[in-house]
Amino acid sequence: MTNSAVAVAVDGLRVIRGGREVLRSVSFDVPRGSVTGLLGPSGCGKTTLMRAIVGVQIVAGGTVTVLGQPAGDPLLRDKIGYATQNAAVYADLTVTECLTYFASVLRVDDPAADARRVIADVDLTDHAGKLVGNLSGGQRGRASLAVALLGTPELLVLDEPTVGLDPVLRDDLWTLFHRIAERGTTLLVSSHVMDEAARCDRLLLMREGVLLADDTPEGLRAHTEQSDLEQAFLRLVRESEAAA
Amino acid sequence: MSTVINPGITLATAKRILNQLRHDPRTIAMLLLVPTVLMVLLRFVFNNEMAFSRTAPALLGVFPFVIMFLIASITTLRERTTGTLERLMTLPMGRLDLLFGYAIAFGVLATLQVTIATTVSLLWLGLDIAGSVWTLLLITILDALLGMALGLFVSAFATSEFQAIQFMPVFALPQILLCGLFVPRDAMANVLNWLSDVMPLSYAVDALTAVTVTENWDGTLVRNLIVVAACAILALMLGAATLRRRTP
Ligand SMILES: Nc1ncnc2c1ncn2[C@@H]1O[C@H](COP(=O)(O)OP(=O)(O)OP(=O)(O)O)[C@@H](O)[C@H]1O
Ligand SMILES: [Mg+2]
Repeated sequence: MTNSAVAVAVDGLRVIRGGREVLRSVSFDVPRGSVTGLLGPSGCGKTTLMRAIVGVQIVAGGTVTVLGQPAGDPLLRDKIGYATQNAAVYADLTVTECLTYFASVLRVDDPAADARRVIADVDLTDHAGKLVGNLSGGQRGRASLAVALLGTPELLVLDEPTVGLDPVLRDDLWTLFHRIAERGTTLLVSSHVMDEAARCDRLLLMREGVLLADDTPEGLRAHTEQSDLEQAFLRLVRESEAAA
Repeated sequence: MSTVINPGITLATAKRILNQLRHDPRTIAMLLLVPTVLMVLLRFVFNNEMAFSRTAPALLGVFPFVIMFLIASITTLRERTTGTLERLMTLPMGRLDLLFGYAIAFGVLATLQVTIATTVSLLWLGLDIAGSVWTLLLITILDALLGMALGLFVSAFATSEFQAIQFMPVFALPQILLCGLFVPRDAMANVLNWLSDVMPLSYAVDALTAVTVTENWDGTLVRNLIVVAACAILALMLGAATLRRRTP
């Protein structure tokens, strides 16, 4: 793989949080234009890994290269869209005001128009005039997701964007993710719902700060001889426990 | 540290903060009216225009200082705890853009707040000052900005809103006790006098007292104003240093 084909290159990444090593020498590449799923049980380090990629996590070792620059480089700040796991939006603004503000910070040409576009993308047009604090949990999560879609990011890092949403909306969002990827944008999406794994081009499976697998869904099924991805994951966990 | 200021982002931030407050009319009403109500209360406590005129200018500086300290520390703390600060730090937002955005938004509010309280005090409460009203306004606005800048700075050391509120008695009350409002500063014991010398509010209150008694702009007044402004800028810079792009 040539370097320009790689959106994110992580090599030997180690992170220590609260005195514990929560990422232990993690290495992988994310190909450009792909939808890569980051899966693993609660507390395995998904959020920490994403924070390292967007450059807000203090790391203890290893390198993270994003779009050819070291993670956290100022050049990357208008190229990455990051949606945190907890909705990071202003509860005391309306959806429109909130997104228009973030669009202004991104210095897009027409902040109001860009805000309207992403509000429609996450299906909140009917609630655009409501205060974010008065939205339901899922709606607020989508408002936060919309912030990541503003401008023209080359990389989207989405931390559990579909959690708490109904199946129809989840399906709509995954369709949106693929539409965005078709334009050449790279997506890294975390989840702990295995049925979403099937909709990814590539999967990263983590457990306790270690990468268990970096493969396509088909590759994973073939390797573990399981047709169901959930079973495949369990199989990998057992193998790693047996090896330890 | 990115020292570049991006006026577009700074102004968008100021507008955003004012928008947030606009959706909270009760806070706006309290911000604008509480100092005025306190001045009215004070007037009736003294029940004497001359005694009121001696203390009122100092309090016109102290009330906005305290209120802005509280508002600024809570607002920035909320920005930290809700994750919006982390989000802004991944965007092309300079740290000074954020802080100056705050300074502009709260500066606008402080100006309104102080103007209302001063106008009411001069027109209806019988406040009589020898110096110019504009000097009085200038000092009180600087005071409010100082409170805001200190609030921003100390909120970096608070991990909850409870702690942030407690910083008010820790950082603001000693300054109020030692600023010369209760006992003239040169009548204090040496240690206290020395302490009051290193507290920025003391210089603000000295300047306000000067406005009450004389219309002259002397060297001391200018020095006092420079000290207050410099402390506000210093606190803002220290505040910028506490905004970290990378956290543990
Ligand atoms: N601020 C923090 N300080 C100290 N330790 C932390 C902090 N945040 C997370 N951790 C620890 O780091 C580890 C990895 O956490 P992380 O949030 O990355 O997990 P996750 O895979 O995203 O979990 P979830 O699916 O529940 O969101 C956990 O053991 C967690 O307890
Ligand atoms: Mg997480």
